[in-house]
Amino acid sequence: MTDQTALRYTAEHEWLLVDGDTATVGITAYAAEKLGDVVFVDLPSVGATVASGKVVGEIESTKSVGELFAPVDGTVTEVNDAVVDSPELVNSDPFGEGWLIKVSFTELPPLLSFDEYTALVGE
Amino acid sequence: MTDRTVQPERLSPLHQKHLDAGASFTDFAGWQMPVRYSSDLAEHHAIRTTAGLFDLSHMAEIFVTGDAAGAALDYALAGKISAIAIGQAKYSLLLSPDGGIIDDVVVYRTGESRFTVVANASNRFPAAEALAARAAGFDAVVVDGSDQIALIAVQGPNAVAIMDRLGGWDLPIAPRDLKYYWSTLGSYNGSQAMVGRTGYTGEDGFELYVPVGDAATLWDELMAAGADLGLVPAGLASRDTLRLEAGMPLYGHELNLGTFPVQAGLNRVVNLKKEGDFVGRAAVEAGPPEGSRVLVGLRADGKRAGRADYPVRDLDGAEVGVITSGALSPTLGYPVAMAYVDPTAAEPGTELFLDVRGTSIPASVVALPFYKREAK
Repeated sequence: MTDQTALRYTAEHEWLLVDGDTATVGITAYAAEKLGDVVFVDLPSVGATVASGKVVGEIESTKSVGELFAPVDGTVTEVNDAVVDSPELVNSDPFGEGWLIKVSFTELPPLLSFDEYTALVGE
Repeated sequence: MTDRTVQPERLSPLHQKHLDAGASFTDFAGWQMPVRYSSDLAEHHAIRTTAGLFDLSHMAEIFVTGDAAGAALDYALAGKISAIAIGQAKYSLLLSPDGGIIDDVVVYRTGESRFTVVANASNRFPAAEALAARAAGFDAVVVDGSDQIALIAVQGPNAVAIMDRLGGWDLPIAPRDLKYYWSTLGSYNGSQAMVGRTGYTGEDGFELYVPVGDAATLWDELMAAGADLGLVPAGLASRDTLRLEAGMPLYGHELNLGTFPVQAGLNRVVNLKKEGDFVGRAAVEAGPPEGSRVLVGLRADGKRAGRADYPVRDLDGAEVGVITSGALSPTLGYPVAMAYVDPTAAEPGTELFLDVRGTSIPASVVALPFYKREAK
């Protein structure tokens, strides 16, 4: 079970698990709930250069399309192939097996704490 | 006169039931209605394989009564409503004078001179006002009963078995003996109520019209009756994918004031043979401009769905149409969409592209519906 208080968050409802110079990125349970059942994810390629705030992928549910924003400047080092094959992992375990990409970065932008994010979504 | 002043968001008489069941809500035509309870896919599959329960209390029920009620509806609607038998239901269109569609409705004949017109929630006031205006010259009275009536739909292969178990109903015809698109008027716990073998999912099922005060009891009894039959409460998200698979149009997507019935493939609903005039007749007889787009089904491979308002292109990249509804079909496993396309691109088998946010997805025109349940 991922300790959600140890994660950092963005206003776009993504979470980051920072380990050294690598961040694992996913979308929050709140975002997954708002999307509904996720049926397709489109992720960037390993090695892709990403820029903070830019769209790098898509998360589609039966009802709608969500965009995946790069939360940091950096390079994609890994993508979660399991979630490409089984998009429902985004709903069943958004903070764990439903992670999306890993990005190596040199500098972290300002991010939200657990308390700040919780206040943002009003829960 | 109907009160059209702006109202706060409306809540269904079943709102507390939905809260208790953990529903997520969406705004639908000014109502807070369940969009899903847990998983819209699970709810969709339940209705295809077992059963699901929808709260449709936001929909509008407009009563048309009087010796000339049938004649008034013949004039007001596109079909020959006076010809249907007591108990029968009929899908019809409320046309504008210039041939566009104000609403699509289901009309139930509940007596020799009594009809109930069920309209979309979003079109309640335009539909009620048009019906009242069109009935003015007839011996008929139009009453908007939407605020008094709750509507619960039980849909899916186990719907009959669930209805068999329900108590409290006194009906001339047992629900299981109703034919498709027939109904029976009776009572539920002493209040007048109606059961129709109708729905909007492509499955067998029933729609239950009861006074709002009886809705919560009926909901509980249905849930209890279906507990071991795979019955789940289902939200509007699954309703939308179910009706899309069944090729059923949704007002505001496939139907609107700028669309002629023939473009939507609904010519069969317009009865040009019936005697006398009806609103929209001259315009419908003249037809839409030459080359007007027509509704088609589109099927794509992969998992990426085209969605409403996305362009449809031919193999040269020219825009030949626009999607009105689309989703990854939960039942079929491939993306489906309904779209209005140029007549030259409407032939089944035509190869086209969906412009999915800049990515071209190959698709082909297919006949509607995408899904048809197996006949028993």
